[in-house]
Amino acid sequence: MNKYTEIELKKELETKEYAYGFYTDIESDTFAVGLNEGIVRAISLKKNEPEWMTDWRLEAFRAWEKMIEPEWANVQYVKPNFQNISYYSSPKKKPEYNSLDEVDPELLDTFKRLGISLDEQKILSGVAVDVVMDSTSVATTYKKTLAEKGIIFCSISEAIQEHPELVKKYLGTVVPQRDNFYAALNSAVFSDGSFCYIPKGIRCPMELSTYFRINQAGTGQFERTLVIADEGSYVSYLEGCTAPSRDENQLHAAVVELIAMDDAEIKYSTVQNWFPGDKEGKGGVYNFVTKRGLCEKRAKISWTQVETGSAITWKYPSCILKGDDSIGEFYSIAVTNNYQQADTGTKMIHLGKNTRSTIISKGISAGNSQNSYRGLVQISPRAENARNFSQCDSLLMGNSCGAHTFPYIEAKNKTAQIEHEATTSKIGEDQVFYCNQRGIPTEKAISLIVNGFTREVLNKLPMEFAVEAQKLLEISLEGSVG
Amino acid sequence: MTLKPETIQMELKEKLIASYMAFEDRSDTSDHVHNIRKEAIQNFEQKGFPTKKEEEWKYTSLNALLKTDYSVFPKNENSIEFKDVKKYFIHEIDSFKLVFIDGVYSSYLSETTHDGMDICLMSAALSKPKYKMVIDSFYNKIADNSESLSSLNTAFASEGAYIVIPKGKVVSKPIQILNFATGNEAALMLMPRNLIVVGENAHVQIIERHQSLSENEVLTNSVTEIFANKRAIVDYYKIQNDMLSASLIDHTYISQKQESRCTVHTFSFGGKLTRNNLNFYHEGEHIDSTLKGVTIIGDHQHVDQHTLVAHNHPNCESHQDYKGIFSEQSTGVFNGKIIVKKEAQKTNAFQQNNNILTGDKASINTKPQLEIFADDVKCSHGCTIGQLDKKALFYLRSRGIPEKEAKALLMYAFAHNVLDTVKIPEIQKRINKIIASKLGVQLGFDL
Repeated sequence: MNKYTEIELKKELETKEYAYGFYTDIESDTFAVGLNEGIVRAISLKKNEPEWMTDWRLEAFRAWEKMIEPEWANVQYVKPNFQNISYYSSPKKKPEYNSLDEVDPELLDTFKRLGISLDEQKILSGVAVDVVMDSTSVATTYKKTLAEKGIIFCSISEAIQEHPELVKKYLGTVVPQRDNFYAALNSAVFSDGSFCYIPKGIRCPMELSTYFRINQAGTGQFERTLVIADEGSYVSYLEGCTAPSRDENQLHAAVVELIAMDDAEIKYSTVQNWFPGDKEGKGGVYNFVTKRGLCEKRAKISWTQVETGSAITWKYPSCILKGDDSIGEFYSIAVTNNYQQADTGTKMIHLGKNTRSTIISKGISAGNSQNSYRGLVQISPRAENARNFSQCDSLLMGNSCGAHTFPYIEAKNKTAQIEHEATTSKIGEDQVFYCNQRGIPTEKAISLIVNGFTREVLNKLPMEFAVEAQKLLEISLEGSVG
Repeated sequence: MTLKPETIQMELKEKLIASYMAFEDRSDTSDHVHNIRKEAIQNFEQKGFPTKKEEEWKYTSLNALLKTDYSVFPKNENSIEFKDVKKYFIHEIDSFKLVFIDGVYSSYLSETTHDGMDICLMSAALSKPKYKMVIDSFYNKIADNSESLSSLNTAFASEGAYIVIPKGKVVSKPIQILNFATGNEAALMLMPRNLIVVGENAHVQIIERHQSLSENEVLTNSVTEIFANKRAIVDYYKIQNDMLSASLIDHTYISQKQESRCTVHTFSFGGKLTRNNLNFYHEGEHIDSTLKGVTIIGDHQHVDQHTLVAHNHPNCESHQDYKGIFSEQSTGVFNGKIIVKKEAQKTNAFQQNNNILTGDKASINTKPQLEIFADDVKCSHGCTIGQLDKKALFYLRSRGIPEKEAKALLMYAFAHNVLDTVKIPEIQKRINKIIASKLGVQLGFDL
């Protein structure tokens, strides 16, 4: 039997349920729904924050009140009612564990089912995991090893308590409070997130990783991540997410800020697999994320993302190439299926001389989904000898989906050199035939082709993560990825 | 006190609406066209002039143009001598000519025909009953009525070219449409309106040019509707090399039936601000559309090439190739949109935009856009911004070619494949001459 065709694959994709859709029942401490100054103050109070932080949140909240939701993205959805969301929830049991045995067994089971058991992670890959279960840090490992090098890796609420000078200095410098609607909302109500500081000249010995999970019914999750790489340092940061299946839409508006000082390098990798909604397009996570990095002289920031989940994705990891000779990179795979909609891409803002940027974006759309690439390459008048290369390829499976590209290229310096290319295609019958001819069954052949299509990006992921990324691609396009 | 852009726009907008009312009083309000005009002015009144806040006008601001107090109807009829304007014609070849001076038809300079086809005036077509059928079925049928500047044109449109080529007719010589502005008004706004209907298997070549004859400001807001029936061949050339005081906003809408072939070449060298909206709509299978353009500008000039190709049916092809060279403080915009509908399987859409920046303060904004809903298609776009190849330049100079000429040669080579598809050799020659003068060189051979 060797009659696996694209039509069957499509059918399988449509009927494929979200394999990780389960729900962990942990007693939670949840705020009443709604948003006002009182709630913002309460969140701040709950987290025992200093006054400057409360003020900072309130400033953001006041800005947010005056803003209107952006509508320019190529996505259609029912706008969330911001007064119908609970802005704070945290697992009741205070997470103070020295070993895994102390962790709530139910929670551990959740991770096991996700295939990211802490044990395994610890033993096999040597990854320090700062697990975020809803909003509060549950467990942090390998803190000691990192501490020896002077690396700070903790939750952002902990950092506000223990390293206020760093947080105060850098928070909101790359993504200001009033940057956009969702960034302002996040700044006002962010519950937790990660903070990372790499001191001068230190090469972080392990991949830092945080697993995000949205778990509490009706709670939006507002993560705030701040990564600071001081002069000459290096860090690779991993972020991965899965969420349980749920009917009502969940809002996620995260903000990630990266600061790479002179000669520093930050590699930020994401695997995103939030609940994409069922095959009728019901439910699913709204993912409105602001991610931005700032490069000083000779610094490098590299974003790699594998986006397979969420009903709506609205995400543009960007690089501000401020320092001379700095480098920005963006590698992305975005897979949409059923009724998913993704509008994702990047912004490369060239300000310094001899700055370089590379954009590789691969979009795969199946079912009734819409997949858009939206990117900006901007060369400022002072950016002598700036160089950009962009490539965005789309692969369409079936004729009810769409693939779109919206590249914006703005050059204001005559020494700029910019190349952009985009292609749209489907899996060629001749390619499949070629494989069949050599004894490769169609299923395997399609898997090979999709693999080849995304390879450039998958190669950029750290080893440990590439495995996970492969797994998540399987869920989204099961049968096509080997 | 400086006025806010909104206020300036409001003033001109109100003036235009007032002018429309005066115009309405003079015209016959009983006919079909009157209703179209009325709807159009209402739409314009509602939308106003486009601003940079609109996605389609993100990179082109009209504010500088809208400050001027334009008159819409010239006070006097002006005439010009052929010898003064001969150079603006492609005079080396025999052709039909439709000449308009300050928006008014000049019978003296024109050469029209009714012999087996109609190459005549829009004003006649709009008023005479014998043209009613064509006007009813084609006039204002594909112009975008939701777009405010097209609406503005529709409201005021009364003159322009009316070209109807019947089935099977191959027009023996090209048709030239020339719009002159004499500058007898301090500032003039022109609204030419052309309708071109090409029957089955018919073939026509058209050359269009807008030319200002003085330093006085001119803003032309032109709309052209072209209908290409089955297997028709339409070749359209836009030569834009106007004075620095003249601006042009052009809207060209082309509807193609099956197996028709339409080619539009846009040569943008002149004018203060030029905005070309070129829209192709496919209404059948096996259609071929070609959009080509060369932009070479300097000074503070601004050229915005806006294209749309809507692939609505299977097995069609489109080719786009736009080249731009921007020097001094000029700005260029390219916004190319390809839409492939779900039904349009086996579409082959190709888009290419290459730019060279030579000016320290020149800039280019480009947005090649694909919206694809069908899976079995081949669509690609490429876009580059760069400089002249230093090695090639060195090669030429090492062989004794001065730097200026060497650069010009390379730039000419860069723009050349757009010229390859020009079917009238005289136009090729003319464009070569303009390019050489634009690059400031005398090349030792006939390019």
